[in-house]
Amino acid sequence: MGKPMQVARHWRHFGEKYRLVGGKCENGHVFFPGREVCPICGSRNVEPFEFSGKGKVISWTLVRNPPSGFEYYKPYPLALVQLEEGPVVLAQLTDVEPDQIDFGMEVEMVTRKVREFDEDGIILYSYKFRPVLK
Amino acid sequence: MEKPVIIGAGMVPVGEHWRLSLRDIAVEALLNAMDDAGIDKVDSLYVGNMASGSFIEQENLGALIADWAGLGHIPAVKIESACASGGAAVQEGTKAVMSGLEDVVAVVGVEKMTDAWPSDATRYLAYAADADWELFHGASFVALNALLMRLYMKEHGYTEEDLAHFAVNAHANGSKNPYAMFKRPITVDTVLKSPYIADPLKLFDASPVCDGAAAVIITSKEKARELGVPKEKMVEVAGFGRAIDTINLANREDLLTLTAAKIAAERAYKMAGVTAKDIDFFEVHDAFTIMAALSLEAIGVAEKGKGALVAREGQIAIDGDYPIQTMGGLKSRGHPVGATGVYQTVEAVLQLRGEAPEGIQVPDAEVGLTQNIGGTGSNITINILRRV
Repeated sequence: MGKPMQVARHWRHFGEKYRLVGGKCENGHVFFPGREVCPICGSRNVEPFEFSGKGKVISWTLVRNPPSGFEYYKPYPLALVQLEEGPVVLAQLTDVEPDQIDFGMEVEMVTRKVREFDEDGIILYSYKFRPVLK
Repeated sequence: MEKPVIIGAGMVPVGEHWRLSLRDIAVEALLNAMDDAGIDKVDSLYVGNMASGSFIEQENLGALIADWAGLGHIPAVKIESACASGGAAVQEGTKAVMSGLEDVVAVVGVEKMTDAWPSDATRYLAYAADADWELFHGASFVALNALLMRLYMKEHGYTEEDLAHFAVNAHANGSKNPYAMFKRPITVDTVLKSPYIADPLKLFDASPVCDGAAAVIITSKEKARELGVPKEKMVEVAGFGRAIDTINLANREDLLTLTAAKIAAERAYKMAGVTAKDIDFFEVHDAFTIMAALSLEAIGVAEKGKGALVAREGQIAIDGDYPIQTMGGLKSRGHPVGATGVYQTVEAVLQLRGEAPEGIQVPDAEVGLTQNIGGTGSNITINILRRV
């Protein structure tokens, strides 16, 4: 993949991707990512809400034939993680061997590099999840 | 309101058409459908296509195809709903006829995928997912389906073998379809021994990257009679429905229910005045074996969690209670994404006219259902076709 002039596109999501900030509506529904309208009740009265970053793996896979731009990282584990506050997020798992991953595995959010573009391109960072350190 | 009828159907074989371009195959399928209908002009054109801009740097397919098919200055437009673009284009064409604004409408579904590098093709297909919250993290379409497959197997106690039966059935039927990409029957073992592409999903759980184009001609019954089309050539669009779900899989209320298919099916059944029991065959969207199982549950053929059982017990074969993928489905016929919904329509028309190839004709088929999924269940069309 070439050099994307997409700095603003990724900068817009720093809150979500670096701190796991989603939304909470006036009726107490929490969701991730944040949006204008609560997906559960339709309320437009929504405030930012920062998730704890703790969660459990509810399903996972090992990506062996990735989309272009991710070839260098293959194979990598991708999971659906249910956050302790309820919503589910999709993210890569890190600091774990594929055969250690299991249903219900407790994980926590960490900030990691997701991919880089060419030498002069931007480097993308975001949340990934690792097994909780005891 | 009188239901429109399909009076012509055409397609090109699905495959890797290195010598042919998108416009070549689209025009060929379209002309085949027009010849089948016995007409040489149409009032408008609807093109079902998912990602021509990404795959071959060509948008504006309405103008491109109408121009190259010599259709004159007609209105022509591209309809996009990810992999459900074909099914959606059939619906838009049908609606145009029902509105009374257009008399004879052509619908062509086309996708040219093999001009792209494989990892780029994987990327373009993932554009149907959520770019910021799925593709950003390296999710491919296969990976998203693999997440569902693992969860489905755990929740309902199935194995990889249980789901493999869908692929076996598709290949058994596709082996008899001259337009199918893969004409070789396979066994459960073939599926299980194929490599993982996103665990637990294997190569033979997935449909191929390919090229294809299919087309239908839709008109009113009145106009069809005026054109001299014999009754046995008419297939009624008896009902249709369409619905969306969250584009981001993680945001789904129930990960293992294709709610959009359920709602779309309810709408289509109501419009056609039928239930799942009245349907003689189902062309469901088996881009992945897991999608076939979830689809059967959503459209009312199986109870929740029992979709895979239907396949294991052999009910989905041509002579079973619920024949599916009668011409090979996406797995064996092939899945040229934006064209798939139109292929399903063409195949249903052949079944209902009694013109399906030998060995895969459903005896006395009167009503057929096609289900076309965009995204991981985020945009779904259901069409019900009936013999006139």
